[in-house]
Amino acid sequence: MIYKRTSLLIIIMFTLFVVFGASNDSKTVHAFSSQVIQQGAVGDDVIELQARLQYIGFYNGKIDGVFGWGTYWALRNFQYEFGMEIDGLAGQTTKDKLVQVTNYDKAYVKKQIESGNKFTHYGGVDKNKQSSPPKSNNQSGAKQQPSNNNQASNSNQQGQATGGGPNVTAVNVPQGFSQNDIQLMANAVYGEARGEPYEGQVAVAAVILNRLESPTFPNTVSGVIFEPRAFTAVADGQIWLTPNETARKAVLDAINGWDPTGNAQYYFNPDTATSAWIWSRPQIKQIGKHIFCK
Amino acid sequence: MKRWILIALLAVVVAGTAFWGYQEHQEKNAILIQAENNYQRAFHNLAYHVDLLHDEIGTALAMNSDKRLSPQMVEIWRLTSEASSDVSQLPLALLPFNKTEEFLSQIGDFTYRTAVRNLDDSPLTDKETDTLQQLYKQSAEIEQELRKVQHIALEENLRWMDVQLALASDDDQGDNTVIDGLKTVEKTVKGFSETNVESSIIGTSAENHQYNYLKGSKEISENEALRISKDILKVKDPSKIKLSETGDGADVPLYTATYVSDDRRGYMDITKQGGNPITLLKSRPVGEKKISLNEGMENATKYIKQLGFKNMVLFQSSQYDNIGAFTYLYSQDGVRVYSDAIEVKVALDNGEILGLTAQNYMKNHRERSIPKPEISNSEAKEMVNPNVDIQEEFLAIIDNDLGEEILAYEFLGVYGDDTYRIFINALNGREEKVEKLGGSEINYAMN
Repeated sequence: MIYKRTSLLIIIMFTLFVVFGASNDSKTVHAFSSQVIQQGAVGDDVIELQARLQYIGFYNGKIDGVFGWGTYWALRNFQYEFGMEIDGLAGQTTKDKLVQVTNYDKAYVKKQIESGNKFTHYGGVDKNKQSSPPKSNNQSGAKQQPSNNNQASNSNQQGQATGGGPNVTAVNVPQGFSQNDIQLMANAVYGEARGEPYEGQVAVAAVILNRLESPTFPNTVSGVIFEPRAFTAVADGQIWLTPNETARKAVLDAINGWDPTGNAQYYFNPDTATSAWIWSRPQIKQIGKHIFCK
Repeated sequence: MKRWILIALLAVVVAGTAFWGYQEHQEKNAILIQAENNYQRAFHNLAYHVDLLHDEIGTALAMNSDKRLSPQMVEIWRLTSEASSDVSQLPLALLPFNKTEEFLSQIGDFTYRTAVRNLDDSPLTDKETDTLQQLYKQSAEIEQELRKVQHIALEENLRWMDVQLALASDDDQGDNTVIDGLKTVEKTVKGFSETNVESSIIGTSAENHQYNYLKGSKEISENEALRISKDILKVKDPSKIKLSETGDGADVPLYTATYVSDDRRGYMDITKQGGNPITLLKSRPVGEKKISLNEGMENATKYIKQLGFKNMVLFQSSQYDNIGAFTYLYSQDGVRVYSDAIEVKVALDNGEILGLTAQNYMKNHRERSIPKPEISNSEAKEMVNPNVDIQEEFLAIIDNDLGEEILAYEFLGVYGDDTYRIFINALNGREEKVEKLGGSEINYAMN
């Protein structure tokens, strides 16, 4: 009996080994995944696309894993030069052509990205000449320390930034906003509405954005948030709690155009509101505990 | 007896002192937080203004028409003064930050001089363009350094009150990240620059057509609203859906439907008039990314077709972690209408639609009578800065500065390493808008 079980185990392990081994092999043999890559995409496929386009001189930007405008024009020029349909999409034909005419040194690129080096991937140039260690770390010794701390304590946060993954060195941000703007808003949303349903958090973020557009409020994210007596979470310091992922997602949705409030500029909690004035505003709707008004 | 009275009295005094002390402590904390908030605001404003300054100078570089260049210079000038006022509010009295201020005032001087000059008679000289380019580069460096400091400050919850203390006591200046970061900013500063870009131009809606063109004239009943939301939210049991209505302040009367089950939530707004969906938001934990952004887009495209939106073309797509966000514009006879925009959000683990917002579309959409362009494509191209290498072109309807819809040639072009979107009025050749396109930045959380 025991013998049987052990043999079964061995068989299972063997199959697993074969399956995994095979899938590993297939990764190294085939370039790209089968997915079509389009503008806005993030990840390994994009890194390979950028590296290959750079190999033959179409792409001169940074190999950062985010399919931005630079990559888009490089890809279109490539498609133009090689007589393909110019659509700015890396579909199967385009990828096959790229694989045919370029080389991709995956190990080299991955290593450069991991060690944070500044590097390029041009064909026919000595690789040693194409990479240099990160400049900023050498410039100021004092800065090295916090950045190392960040890496250790926030390694689980990396994927949580506004986009990207473990291997890419850039992230998508909505036009007109920086990661820090998003972070600051996430802080405010978390401080103000962490107990609210998701749409209630999007709503609070939307109010901040509506104020940004209104001539009667400040024109900057921080101006709106830190305006004296504007948000209770700012006044009592709750804004400095570390926001969770939900708050950040809610902020992104609001920036990308979602506004469940119907263009509100004020909101209040009817249970705790002390100002009589706020009750006189025309009310739009209630989401969670907050009433939103014009 | 006397003794007891004395003890009681003392007890009262002690309690009173404790209470008073506690109140003082509370007050002190409240004031500390307020002072801190003011510093924070000034600092984040500074970072923001430097961001804008950088973008605006970039935009100025890509501009051709002098009619737009003058206001642009004024804008940059305004930003420099705002940025210097931000600097002056920071508790940096003990830190040499004057180079940065100098840099700001240099840009200010330069832009002011060019702005007040009649640029029609004496346009920018090559040397001045060079200066502008120089400023652009330098502002990029300051922007980067400031953003780094800002990121560290947010990440580690640094307090300006602590900075002030650290500056006052020379001892442990060494490990104050903010001070070090700001010193680096100061070191980077050698020239001048800053810019100010308006955020995305999508959905800029002319105020005069707020929901005037909603489909369907009939007001739907609660039951109908329930049925529509059940279909769109894909809930089997309609009794789980809670329905509510908007109050007096709403631009357009809406039904709001919400439902909760386990870790899923659904939320949607439907117009009472005609039952058009305006907002859809679903939230649930999204798993690992399994499908590509492209497949996500195909799902989104199919979805808006199902909902009855016709002739929508993809305008932009972005991946945020494992979520894809897509913007569509209405296209009437090949002319892209920027105010009729729809955004869709797709989970990239299984391709489910997580959100839709059609506010801009519902506010503005109608069949327009589009005029014939009065200037030709090549005439319009001549209006574009000759240094911009035009790559793609479209016809578009956008809102001009006055909020009126106009027909324009849209050119996407490259100048240096940056991509610009340039609109030339198709009737009179005016350069209506120049926008520098961003869309990604270094992942500071990684480095």
